[in-house]
Amino acid sequence: MRVSLTVNGRHRTADDVWEGESLLYVLRERLGLPGSKNACEQGECGSCTVYLDGLPVCACLVAAGQAESREVRTVEGLAGDGRLDPVQEAFTECGAVQCGFCTPGLVVQAHDLLNRTPRPTDAQIREALAGNLCRCTGYEKILDAVRLAATRKAATP
Amino acid sequence: MTMDFLRPATWAEALEAKAERPGAVPVQGGTDVMVELNFDVRRPDALLDLNRVAALGEWSAEEDGRLRVGAGVTYARLIAELGDRLPGLAQAARTVGSPQIRNRGTVGGNLGAASPAGDGHPPLLAAGAEIEVESAARGVRMIPAEEFYLGVKRSALEPDELIRAFWTRPAGGPQYFSKVGTRNAMVIAVCSFALALHPAERRAGTGIGSAAPTPRRAVAAEEFLAAELDWDTGRLDPGLPRRFGELAAGAASPIDDVRGTAAYRRHAVAVLARRTLTWAWHDLWAAGPHEGPHDGPRGRVRRPGGPVAPGDPGDPEKPRREAG
Repeated sequence: MRVSLTVNGRHRTADDVWEGESLLYVLRERLGLPGSKNACEQGECGSCTVYLDGLPVCACLVAAGQAESREVRTVEGLAGDGRLDPVQEAFTECGAVQCGFCTPGLVVQAHDLLNRTPRPTDAQIREALAGNLCRCTGYEKILDAVRLAATRKAATP
Repeated sequence: MTMDFLRPATWAEALEAKAERPGAVPVQGGTDVMVELNFDVRRPDALLDLNRVAALGEWSAEEDGRLRVGAGVTYARLIAELGDRLPGLAQAARTVGSPQIRNRGTVGGNLGAASPAGDGHPPLLAAGAEIEVESAARGVRMIPAEEFYLGVKRSALEPDELIRAFWTRPAGGPQYFSKVGTRNAMVIAVCSFALALHPAERRAGTGIGSAAPTPRRAVAAEEFLAAELDWDTGRLDPGLPRRFGELAAGAASPIDDVRGTAAYRRHAVAVLARRTLTWAWHDLWAAGPHEGPHDGPRGRVRRPGGPVAPGDPGDPEKPRREAG
């Protein structure tokens, strides 16, 4: 089947999509957007987190057909004007990235957190990131990055 | 293998599609169905996407005083929009998956999957909810939650029926949901327990999760509370919560599996029942002596569902309560 949707502000169309295929597969294999990572395929790891109509979801659990005519924003769509998003900058600066596999999902999820809760408490950060697994960092550097991004975003008018 | 992707735009179209294709698997948030597809454990001949049926995402307060909550209302919205009126269900919703999962998953999907471990079921049982199902051929049926679950992942839903909504009264007293798992997020319950006090009727409702082939009430435990709780003075005999826990455990019929042993589950159900009763009773009487249930559910009973005060140092049960 054909699936048409908006991805990172651009209208995109994928053909020959299998009816049981996930949005994640469409993004990665048909639309050339491999930023969202494919790991657990069961919603456990959060590596495929993308915005669907403004809400972060696991792209592996959205049927491709359910994304028809809807708006998707992936990690590739966060940076703008030749500049990384403050969350992305903070992740690189704080050493919150090691192997990098979980990073796109964490970045999207943290981006959403800071949009909704500009000055989150540590408990709120932990709760927001509870569905994103990282096997390298031990999470401390990730928490540092989210705190730094929050501080920077708050300082930017 | 080919599969059709059906995308009805209205409820009537959805019912027609289900009548024509009873083998079609309804998909709402996809948090169960897509896992089965991704892992090749299921290949239905059609998926019936319900995301476009806007009516399913709505909820309303009905004339009989109950809430009618559409099957497509997500856990995240349930917490945000109905957490004050359905505190037990909101507590359960907070334990479902992760934020990403709660943005997609629905109580309707939980009911459709009818897993004995589904977190939505025990609060529905404790509150005495009814499930509204419908078919194009026979119209609407209202199924009490306790008659909905028939076996492991089997429900009273007929092949041509779809789940439209669940109906439940706003809480008339304190409600609690408690769940045992290895961590706070992304955990399938080892076992769970829901309690709802119904002060106006001087009784309590219960729901046991993940400790029997289906979610089920602890009927003998409920009868014990109706007979023994002191609704006039609020005095709680120290042995009463323990006995309640024993009776709740007696209603379970758990198995050994990868998540826990039957013996552990039985023990844990007793503990959860005892704790939830202690918390709920404490909340009910926290405002000090009052006229009791004669005041009616909206009387001096503290409004349920607000943030629960952190552990009361005088109450050994309180500090062990997990957040959310």
